[in-house]
Amino acid sequence: MHRTGPIVELVSTISDAAETIQQLDTSQLVKHLVAAIGADSVKSGRLDQHLYAKDASVLRGTSSVVTLPRCTADVQAIVRTCTANGFSFVARGSGTGLAGGAVPLDNAVIIATARMNAVEEVDVENGFAWVQPGVLNLDLSRALLPYGRHFAPDPSSQQACSIGGNVANNSGGPHCLAYGVTSAHVLAIEVVMADGETVMLGGLDAEPSGYDLRGLFVGSEGTLGVATRIAVRLTPNPPIVKTLLLDFVQPNDGAATVSSIIAAGVVPAALEMMDQRAVEVVEAFANAGYPTDAGAVLLVELDGMADGVAADVETVRRVAHANSVRSVRVAADDAERDLLWKGRRNAFGAVARLKPDYYLHDTVVPRTKLQEVLEKVYEIADRYELLAVNVFHAGDGNLHPILAYDSREPGVMDRVHAAGAEIVKASLDAGGVLSGEHGIGLEKRDYMPLMFTSADLAEQDRVRSVFDPADSANPMKVIPSGSRCGDFAGHTGSGHTIPEGAWV
Amino acid sequence: MTAVEHESVVAAFAEEIGRSDPVAVVGAKTQWLVGGEPAEGVRLVRAPAGIISYEPAEMTVKVRAGTTIGSLNEELGQHRQMVPFDVDDRSATVGGVLSVGRSGIRRRRYGHIRDFVLQATYVNAVGDVISAGGPTVKNVSGYDLCRLMVGSLGTLGLIAEVVLRCVPVPTASRWFTYDGDPRNLDASLFQASSILWNGDTTWVLLEGHEADVESQAGKCGLQPTEGAPLVPKHGRLSKRPSDLYGLTGDFLAEIGVGVVHVGVGHLETSGAVEQTGARHLHRAVKERMDPKNRLNPGRCPIL
Repeated sequence: MHRTGPIVELVSTISDAAETIQQLDTSQLVKHLVAAIGADSVKSGRLDQHLYAKDASVLRGTSSVVTLPRCTADVQAIVRTCTANGFSFVARGSGTGLAGGAVPLDNAVIIATARMNAVEEVDVENGFAWVQPGVLNLDLSRALLPYGRHFAPDPSSQQACSIGGNVANNSGGPHCLAYGVTSAHVLAIEVVMADGETVMLGGLDAEPSGYDLRGLFVGSEGTLGVATRIAVRLTPNPPIVKTLLLDFVQPNDGAATVSSIIAAGVVPAALEMMDQRAVEVVEAFANAGYPTDAGAVLLVELDGMADGVAADVETVRRVAHANSVRSVRVAADDAERDLLWKGRRNAFGAVARLKPDYYLHDTVVPRTKLQEVLEKVYEIADRYELLAVNVFHAGDGNLHPILAYDSREPGVMDRVHAAGAEIVKASLDAGGVLSGEHGIGLEKRDYMPLMFTSADLAEQDRVRSVFDPADSANPMKVIPSGSRCGDFAGHTGSGHTIPEGAWV
Repeated sequence: MTAVEHESVVAAFAEEIGRSDPVAVVGAKTQWLVGGEPAEGVRLVRAPAGIISYEPAEMTVKVRAGTTIGSLNEELGQHRQMVPFDVDDRSATVGGVLSVGRSGIRRRRYGHIRDFVLQATYVNAVGDVISAGGPTVKNVSGYDLCRLMVGSLGTLGLIAEVVLRCVPVPTASRWFTYDGDPRNLDASLFQASSILWNGDTTWVLLEGHEADVESQAGKCGLQPTEGAPLVPKHGRLSKRPSDLYGLTGDFLAEIGVGVVHVGVGHLETSGAVEQTGARHLHRAVKERMDPKNRLNPGRCPIL
């Protein structure tokens, strides 16, 4: 998503990678990996190293070797080979993550799951499907369509993002307002641990015994092991779906409508907000009939049985009118619905009409604080001479401020990062959290002490270390290095350091 | 109460739990025998009670673990909201229900009770107050230790307070019976809140808009009935939804979920069909988080 001039960047980074390679002898590692999983599954060329050194964030790391396993046994062999040769590893789905979670540090070996893309089994009666981690989110829901089911989490990147990545980040999406995030839609996970052993977390029966290690694994950003098979929960498609577009002159009326809808006892399937700039760029791209002079629009989706949906539509209409809505448009058919959603789903790309680059943030605030924090976001962006665009999951208070910029301006990244840090702090000050769905990864790792005490972080790391005592699964992510304290006996951390120049 | 006074309530609970001797937490004892009784002579503590803050427009409530489900839902009900923790005994506590981790008979509609926990503050084995998760309805900041607490029987930490997500109370809520094969209903009803079957009769709970409840009931030939059937209490089995149809004896099965409530004399009385495949890992988590086995000794969630 970080759209800099591709050729210039490619050339400069290949020379960076070349320097790394001179320092690092991977020949033995490559030889062992080829012996374990075959030459066509191991890539160690500079171009591959370059391509896999970053995800959709602006962060870049250094990878050593890229592997493309086909099955669980391949992943086990890769992990064992890494451990035996003193390398760490990073599982990677589609690389759409925005927090640097898949950015390799410590010359980690990349385990790219793209070839593990089979929907292995669909069991409608028991309400699950076994899928491999490389299955793409939208492909899964398409595969489930003949059964009248879908996979509920639907991140905006759903055409590209993988189920393994969704599990790693506990991904959300517009429809998690009513349906819940990934954790509520995963029943069991087959995991290859850092020691190469395979374990099954969770289960397909109603109440698997033991601790909810499945729930712990979801959202652990690849630091507890590599998911190789995932049993996802199937959600029945609702019989009736209505999508409404609410148009407000004043943004604060839109924000007030969000909390009033919830307070009125309606939990929409999705409740999205776009500010004026977002509406302008989206309309220019999608031609969906969005009112480009609106101060803010809300996209409200209601689903369920016919009479309940009809009643909810009326409640939303009433609440919106009480908050000075200018117009309420109800999509007449699926084509109109799709058009409205097309605009929302492609909003981030459409920002390119304003500026060539953008940085997408992700924080959550209480719904009742939306307007207050939005105003702060605009104020912060103005102060740093950046353009703020807001398209977000308003129903659950999940802000996605976009800072649009032109990376050719000297020093602009410093301003982008400084503004980002202020946005994060403003969200926390309003009683919010660091991330709603993008994860902590590297991007927000060092902000963790703003939300958690050192005892909280030590507790998190203590649990992590049960799975991966040597810190070889996606090292140096999520927990800031200063907070690592192993067990209660209190030995020091793993000793990893972030290489100089890993940040771009 | 001020924020500082709230913190002092948690601090006092941590103080009472202490840092070294064996300790067990007691709620209303409504599921006291699940996973075994605490070891004899172990010191018992009670979690503090009371609603700390409730924001109807946020649909979240911050509540102390010792609060009863009855009093919590009474307060939430004032704003036509609830937490769907279905308990037989309204004196069951929030902390107790979460620590045992068994969802109620409306799980089919509302999902597992663990998915209602947004933030948990607990006291760990060395007496530190730990907070995990976050107060907002959506959050992926850090490891989800809240999930680890639910169903842990207090063996990893003793819950002091939680932030819970609430849901609207449905406008209509009606029980029906059905004489046919429950599999027909499982396939044809959208979002039935509960389908219970005893091998003979099927009970169905439909919730939502009045007209939808009536039309679904009419379409499927359901007969109105007084309320939920008596749920056998002797044991509880965990199965896959497809494995319920060979059951015999005194049982009540949750169709589409797989939980089976069994009466006295049933052959199976407890246990998951599929034993956990990672028992060593579950044990390692316990050993790392409570190396001296001082939290609820005697109780064990690992089969």
